[in-house]
Amino acid sequence: MSGDGNAANQGPAHRNIELVFAGLMGLFAIAVVVGALQAGIGWGFEGPKAGFFPFIMGVGLIGATAVNLWHGFQGSKSKVFAEWDQLKQVGAVTLPIVVYIALIPYLGIYVASVLLIAYFMMKISDYGPVRTVIIAIAVPFLTFLVFERWFLVALPKGPLEAMLGY
Amino acid sequence: MSEFVNLFNGFATVLAFQDVNIFGTTLYLPFNVFIMIVGIVLGVIIGVLPGLGGANGVAILLPLTFSMQPTSAIILLSCIYWGALFGGAITSILFNIPGEPWSVATTFDGYPMAQQGRAGEALTAAFTSSFIGAFFAVVMITLLAPLVAAFALRFGAAEKFAVYFLAFASFVGLSKEPPFKTLAAMLIGFALATFGTDHMTGSLRLTFGSELLIPGFDFLIAVIGLFGIGEILLTMEEGLKFKGKEAKINLRIVLETWKKLPQYWWTYLRSCIIGCWMGITPAGATPASFMSYGIAKRVSKNGKNFGNGEIEGVIAPETAAHAAGKAALLPMLALGVPGSPTAAVLLGGLLIWNLQPGPMLFIENKEFVWGLIASMYLGNVVGLIIVLTCVPMLAAILRIPFGIIAPIILMFCAVGAYTVRNSFFDVIMMLAFGILGYVLKKTNYPLAPLVLAMVLGDRAEEAFRQALVGSGGSMGVFFSNPLVSSIMALGFIALFWSVISAGISRIRGVPATAA
Repeated sequence: MSGDGNAANQGPAHRNIELVFAGLMGLFAIAVVVGALQAGIGWGFEGPKAGFFPFIMGVGLIGATAVNLWHGFQGSKSKVFAEWDQLKQVGAVTLPIVVYIALIPYLGIYVASVLLIAYFMMKISDYGPVRTVIIAIAVPFLTFLVFERWFLVALPKGPLEAMLGY
Repeated sequence: MSEFVNLFNGFATVLAFQDVNIFGTTLYLPFNVFIMIVGIVLGVIIGVLPGLGGANGVAILLPLTFSMQPTSAIILLSCIYWGALFGGAITSILFNIPGEPWSVATTFDGYPMAQQGRAGEALTAAFTSSFIGAFFAVVMITLLAPLVAAFALRFGAAEKFAVYFLAFASFVGLSKEPPFKTLAAMLIGFALATFGTDHMTGSLRLTFGSELLIPGFDFLIAVIGLFGIGEILLTMEEGLKFKGKEAKINLRIVLETWKKLPQYWWTYLRSCIIGCWMGITPAGATPASFMSYGIAKRVSKNGKNFGNGEIEGVIAPETAAHAAGKAALLPMLALGVPGSPTAAVLLGGLLIWNLQPGPMLFIENKEFVWGLIASMYLGNVVGLIIVLTCVPMLAAILRIPFGIIAPIILMFCAVGAYTVRNSFFDVIMMLAFGILGYVLKKTNYPLAPLVLAMVLGDRAEEAFRQALVGSGGSMGVFFSNPLVSSIMALGFIALFWSVISAGISRIRGVPATAA
């Protein structure tokens, strides 16, 4: 972690991310408390009502988050969360994963996986088209055999599998 | 001595021959031994690959075992765990990349040894130490688990809750992360566990009118997301380039290293004890390895040379990590409180196979428990042989570029997440947990308490509410008899341990050292 130099240019400040994240945690905690109140936190004929335990957890989380926010405010301003280049790398993986998951309901998990592997091999590792095509098709195909044929576990399938009779 | 009869029967279960149908041909073979070898090989590969650790490796494969016999299933999954423990050391020593968090301490002296051309020696020492640590822990489980289970039979709801309280309090008190961050992570886990159907009354809660939330959040999805996807994002950020040292390992190197090891018997014994202790309390293998390394460095006469390729610096963390990894199964089997995230996933498996972990398991499912314990003895031997003979092959796996490994791991994560409940929503949640895991790791929140709280949430809540029902709502039930009071008291000591130990150091006039 390099915390020297002009932090703003290298990446987002660690302190800001930490505070935003703790804030989100606080919102989650409030949602839990609200949900617990809806379920009832008192004493019913069955003993403590369904919301009793989550209510305690939610209140505890609000408390812990408050302390973390307080510590967060005191944190150093110059420390960088991650450099912009590093975050770009993370984004370069996250985005394809989002697209991959979005495609699963339409193409099925196997065809989507072919595209995912091909994308990674060409974009991130600079493989040529021949090796890319071979590996990108072989791995999901083997997975298909293992899951659908040997273990009889059905995974989401799309139009291609339907065309082939599965 | 009935333990030995039981253990003997356990070995019989594991070694039994049965008809197995593989690809249409029926073979007569010891199926459980076959499963064990498959599990360990898979585990070592999982341990070697970045982004696939013991916990999420087991979580991904868990759905495949739904149709298996519980005993075979647990042997497969626990062997993956042992394999992953072994595998972590390979990458640490050859590539200076810890494949698993618990092998971070192994890089300190293991990689310098590899740089000096002593990779074979370092690997042999690491594997042998793992073997010894694991063996020590299994013997301890054999002797202690039945006693603990018999003792725990006396536990009522209040005592059960007190044990959970102790487990989670020691997390907050002993973890190296800030205590309030540990607490927050844990409470998030407990809160997530309460979404959906309330198991005690059957009523819905925290669904906010959404049908998607009715089944609640499955902890397997959280494990796959937090550890699998989160780890891949971290790996991408660090932009890892694998530049490994060559591993030469042959019988001569192994035998020469073995000749050197007995002189470190005290390091071994100390590391075994540290490991078992940290494994039973849910601190887990990672802190155990660091603590063992730290103490060895302080105590050893070669302490100054630690970090420059001292063999003792490999022995200490590896022994402790394995002792802790195996010891984590003791509280899981005997009390239903797992000592590590991977043990938590295994516990989730038991629940899915309709086995209630805890003291009754030792009475009602003898064959299962002792089959598992016997498989731990055998798996340890098989594991040592496999890793000693396959190092060059395993090192080659790491030379496969991340651009191929990453999407394949991602695919398996998605497949694993889907198969848990055949739910596409779970795949989306897996990604959400992955991003959460990345940010949690970056902001220094520990993941293990979150996962453990998610697994144990229902059970802890049930014990808490049942105890209160029994007492008519009085909190006094948690201090109503000497047994429950002392467990609760231990819990409070653990909770405030950092404050207490700081106070002790101040009285002694020594500044508190950060762990």
